[in-house]
Amino acid sequence: MSKNLFEKVWDAHTVRTLANGQTQLLIGTHLIHEVTSPQAFGMLRDLGLKVAMPHRTFATVDHIVPTDQFAEPYADPLAQEMMDALRQNCAEFGITFFDRGTGKQGIVHIVGPEQGITQPGTTIACGDSHTSTHGAFGAIAFGTGTTQIRDVLATQTIALGKLKVRRINVTGRLGPGVYAKDVILHIIRVLGVNGGTGFAYEYGGEVFDRFTMEERMTVCNMSIEGGARAGYVNPDETTFAFLKGRPYAPKGAAWDAAVLRWKSFASDPGCKFDDVVTIDAAVIAPTVTWGINPSQGIAITESIPDPAKATAVDEKASIEEALAYMKLKPGAPIKGTKIDVAFIGSCTNGRLSDFQEVARHLKGRRVAPGVKAIAVPGSQGVRVLCEQLGLDQIFRDAGFEWREAGCSMCLAMNSDKLVGDQLCASSSNRNFKGRQGSPTGRTILMSPLMVAAAAVAGTIADAREVFHVSAN
Amino acid sequence: MSLEKITRVAGRGVCVPGNDIDTDRIIPARYLKCVTFDGLGEGLFYDVRKNPDGSEKPHPLNEPRFKGAQILLSGANFGCGSSREHAPQAIQKYGFKAVVAESYAEIFFGNSTTLGLVCATAQRADIAQVAAALDAHPQAELVLDVTAQELRFGSQSIKVGIRDTARDALVNGRWDPIAELLEGAGAVKATATGLPYLAK
Ligand code: SF4
Repeated sequence: MSKNLFEKVWDAHTVRTLANGQTQLLIGTHLIHEVTSPQAFGMLRDLGLKVAMPHRTFATVDHIVPTDQFAEPYADPLAQEMMDALRQNCAEFGITFFDRGTGKQGIVHIVGPEQGITQPGTTIACGDSHTSTHGAFGAIAFGTGTTQIRDVLATQTIALGKLKVRRINVTGRLGPGVYAKDVILHIIRVLGVNGGTGFAYEYGGEVFDRFTMEERMTVCNMSIEGGARAGYVNPDETTFAFLKGRPYAPKGAAWDAAVLRWKSFASDPGCKFDDVVTIDAAVIAPTVTWGINPSQGIAITESIPDPAKATAVDEKASIEEALAYMKLKPGAPIKGTKIDVAFIGSCTNGRLSDFQEVARHLKGRRVAPGVKAIAVPGSQGVRVLCEQLGLDQIFRDAGFEWREAGCSMCLAMNSDKLVGDQLCASSSNRNFKGRQGSPTGRTILMSPLMVAAAAVAGTIADAREVFHVSAN
Repeated sequence: MSLEKITRVAGRGVCVPGNDIDTDRIIPARYLKCVTFDGLGEGLFYDVRKNPDGSEKPHPLNEPRFKGAQILLSGANFGCGSSREHAPQAIQKYGFKAVVAESYAEIFFGNSTTLGLVCATAQRADIAQVAAALDAHPQAELVLDVTAQELRFGSQSIKVGIRDTARDALVNGRWDPIAELLEGAGAVKATATGLPYLAK
């Protein structure tokens, strides 16, 4: 019988069925970071348990690290305490830790692929909802809570119910100035923030076939914002080319065997899906959010929704709540909305190609007066590559601050925070109330180039106009 | 490790209305700067409950008549956003034993069940009916019957839903799966043998 990738990977990792009907699923690769793991290690100690497969857990530090300070101790003693706890836990249980001094540290979802740890046909768990990112390689990757981190540490398995699979085809070609970020913002706008509940999303179609691994990661990353616990793209030559030669990728004869095996996990032609959605790439425009969840998005050319025109009571209430919080006017164009802060970074858009694409257009331009603009590479690896290419200088010359690697203003657990009701044009993934560190701070999500356009214009702007982007 | 069999939750209720109440709202990110879950209860709904200076904003949890409630009612897609277990931990540490909402985000639901925090679904109109009853009689006791999938209050009752796997785990005292997972160690080894990438 033909099967999709999800079913193949699920079956290969199924240990047994538990008494309540859930599956005991083997987790091949476990990634941890400082925020959600210390309590799990605490539980492990309380129960007197050991780590079952320490060589299959990898740690990094990303959420709390300051991006304007490298030396320890950190100014924030709580951040230092979390750093020390992770270091201590990894040492005690024999876990590889990509500590800051190793040059390999960064956001967990950037480090895994960069090191070649993220591989097709594997199961990956991490106490972080954006673990769905790793699905770009044809892995089944999902976020877990802390108690499940304990479970993976202690048994290398978790108890989980099987997900359904929705195939999302994006056909045709994206227009100039339209990016992977716009694709996923559009998908979430169409399917809703909880449209994916109970599903894994399989992304495919011509747009995904042509996408680079970094673009695939951007889309898979935000699967969770559409309610889907996992999202993936079938592995192909693009996947293998990306992995080849990376530190944890197989070498020599083992490489050839691995590629054969990886190919075998791809969805079979004609396999069944629980649902299929097709989207025409031509209808996707540079997209920005106007509200307080990632499905509240519009094309840059559209106007802010008017609750008076809402057809459902719920919709009316949620538009009203969002506009009140965002201090935006119904019916007005979103273009021209004044911004205070511009943030380029995060596990969604903090990779080399994101900075390259922005630098290409930003060269010779200046950030508008009064706008605070920060560029935060997603990993030290990304930072070094950018600096070798001189991209950091382009950002600096334009008036951006160029920072050390970390999550930074994506969730503002370090000192990179909005103040008061500042409005931020952000390449991150969540526009929830208070997400960027101020209880009244406002976030508008968009692609990195759109953030750069907003930074230059001082207002929400169409990058295609600001940077004269046209078909080439 | 023997766990409590959670067949019913009885206590007073409070309704925090709204859809898509995300984990950042349930527990703001700055409360995640901790190495234990102790003390998370204080941060529950902090930014909608309190002003930056610590004074209270109007919020159901601040109303004296709802103090001590153990069953939380809310809207659709409750707990969306982050996978942080800090969210159900904060709800539990604040004193809640169950949530009744229209629907839940996947990870939140799983995290809650593993902690023995019951998450039941109910129809919107039914939740509104309970909320109205609570408004009139905030001291009334609600009984969430996990086995019968029913929420009773006074002489009334509404149907609730608790996913089979979760209900089974709760009523049989298996909501924390660690013991059962550990029992599978032999089978885990066998499965791992078939997966070359797990070799040392
Ligand atoms: S960059 Fe943002 S979304 Fe990604 S792991 Fe860090 S905090 Fe989470």
